[in-house]
Amino acid sequence: MYRYDEFDHAFVNERVAEFRDQVERRLAGQLTEEEFRPLRLRNGLYLQLHAYMLRIAIPYGVLSPRQLRQLAMIGRKWDRGYGHFTTRQNLQFNWVKLVDIPDVLAALAEVEMHCIQTSGNCVRNVTADPYAAAAVDELEDPRAWCEILRQWSTLHPEFSWLPRKFKIAISGAAEDRAATAFHDIGLRIVRGPNGENGFRVLVGGGMGRTPYVGQEIKSFLPKEHLLSYIESILRVYNLHGRRDNIHKARIKILVNALGIDKFREDVEADWEATHKDAIDLPEDEKRRIMSYFAPPELPERPARDEALAARRESDPAFANWYKHNVLPHRVPGYASVVISLKEPGRTPGDASSDTMDFVADLTERFGHNEARVNYTQNLILPHVARADILELYEELAGAGLATGNNELLGDMICCPGLDYCNLANARSIPIAKEIAKRFEDPARQEEIGKLRLNMSGCINACGHHHSGNIGILGVDKKGTELYQITLGGNPKDSASVGTIIGPGFRAEAVPQAIDTIVDTYIDNRHEGESFLETWRRVGAAPFKEALYGAR
Amino acid sequence: MPSVVTANRLTDGIVVYLAADGQWTEQIANARVADDEAETKALEAIADNAVRERLVVGPYPMAVGLKDDGAIDPLSVRERIRAAHRTTLTKDWYDVPL
Repeated sequence: MYRYDEFDHAFVNERVAEFRDQVERRLAGQLTEEEFRPLRLRNGLYLQLHAYMLRIAIPYGVLSPRQLRQLAMIGRKWDRGYGHFTTRQNLQFNWVKLVDIPDVLAALAEVEMHCIQTSGNCVRNVTADPYAAAAVDELEDPRAWCEILRQWSTLHPEFSWLPRKFKIAISGAAEDRAATAFHDIGLRIVRGPNGENGFRVLVGGGMGRTPYVGQEIKSFLPKEHLLSYIESILRVYNLHGRRDNIHKARIKILVNALGIDKFREDVEADWEATHKDAIDLPEDEKRRIMSYFAPPELPERPARDEALAARRESDPAFANWYKHNVLPHRVPGYASVVISLKEPGRTPGDASSDTMDFVADLTERFGHNEARVNYTQNLILPHVARADILELYEELAGAGLATGNNELLGDMICCPGLDYCNLANARSIPIAKEIAKRFEDPARQEEIGKLRLNMSGCINACGHHHSGNIGILGVDKKGTELYQITLGGNPKDSASVGTIIGPGFRAEAVPQAIDTIVDTYIDNRHEGESFLETWRRVGAAPFKEALYGAR
Repeated sequence: MPSVVTANRLTDGIVVYLAADGQWTEQIANARVADDEAETKALEAIADNAVRERLVVGPYPMAVGLKDDGAIDPLSVRERIRAAHRTTLTKDWYDVPL
């Protein structure tokens, strides 16, 4: 993984010192809250419902055991012993004290982490396919490109005060596992006309109150021009994006107001006029960054493990976990293992300090010193020898981390909602827990098959409800929490925004409504058909009838 | 309608309420209740001063109910959650009913 050089260390430490000074001035009364607020947000510090919340970037979702242990320590020493992994490959601590933040930032800097640009109207943490360098369908590892974008965008003078926040995701695989179509810019590494790799560039995707699927602005961008082309997109957005209305300030609004063709024309004109050589990364610098992302040396291990096969035959719980949470690896004899943070009864995405320490140990014992964070709020060990899987499973099962629900209904994305968030209108965590309880039986989830259920506690859609096959949006209706259900969203290829199916449900009625939707799907599906395929074939009518027919 | 004034404490962000003795308390049970608009305004003035004194951030008055025994009852889900100061770490908790 990437290692800070002298410049990186000095830069991050200077930022810590700067913020330490800003906190001291705030506490001494030299800065008012109005003056301090934009400064703390630039360092990922929010004031939420209960306390301050610190959002820590996990660049492209990669964590070393040392970083995991430091996060565990921070949680224990300065928070309440746990953190929350988010849909943007970040980690949030919910109870940190303002007076401790400078020390927390210093502790993060020790392990090459920071909170810079995890808030504010700037380019945020660039996210990636969590199976990078492991997936069988990968064309090229996206992480080096994420790192290049991170270095380029950090404190970029022209793009530090954009009309609104800006999110970029990159996937280098055939399957989109980074929800690229729902980002301001989505990048897919694709094979070009001459057999070389480049980027298919999507622009203007997003969630929030006006959800859009990103549109293709360029079908093939030569890799060497990534920075100059992205600069041109950002420049056009920075010039023409709306600053008069926060709800219309994201690039998706501009792209859809102008139309993709006009927007492309403007970007191309700017790009044409750009001195690309001055912006695009020199080849030797690219190679330097790329060298950090060389795949780990994986010693040859047996591709077939008899004990594994026998255990799958004899132990249904293991067989279920193996089926869903163990994914093929491009190196024979290896697999990627998903550590579910969605055990029924627990808050989706929350991990205790003990869990972080425990996973750090596992990455050293079984995972070639690397863990990943998925935007679906789980952890992943990307490189595990198949011969070690049984032992790893025993460890996970002993710690309550062997829930075999990856990509199933129980693998819900869930924002913190009204239990933590100042913006939320309704709770999402307890709803997720009630749904998890309703569908606790693994046999029921197996019968349903893969299904993405996403939930947000407000229209800002941090819980990605728009892209859920089933989406749940909490709203406040005259003081009562009400939950709108959308169907047919899809975060992957042929991405789509879900459609509101009808009037909302009170909290206590939501699990039954989900049950009804699932039953309707099962009743209507053709053999082997996914929820999305059935939905797209039969449309809303049978679901409406099942949910509201008696009304 | 009776109301109390709440805010977040500057140093740690924790939810606090203006208490009868003019201090800030984490326990809503100890909050000072204003019975009418004039009393609420008086509490808000104290809170504004506490902002200047860098004790609290973002104070605001909120309507509350009073139970038969005089206990203060936050009316909204949001304020019940704030008053509970609770984490979501433990498995299978829930003390604010759905």
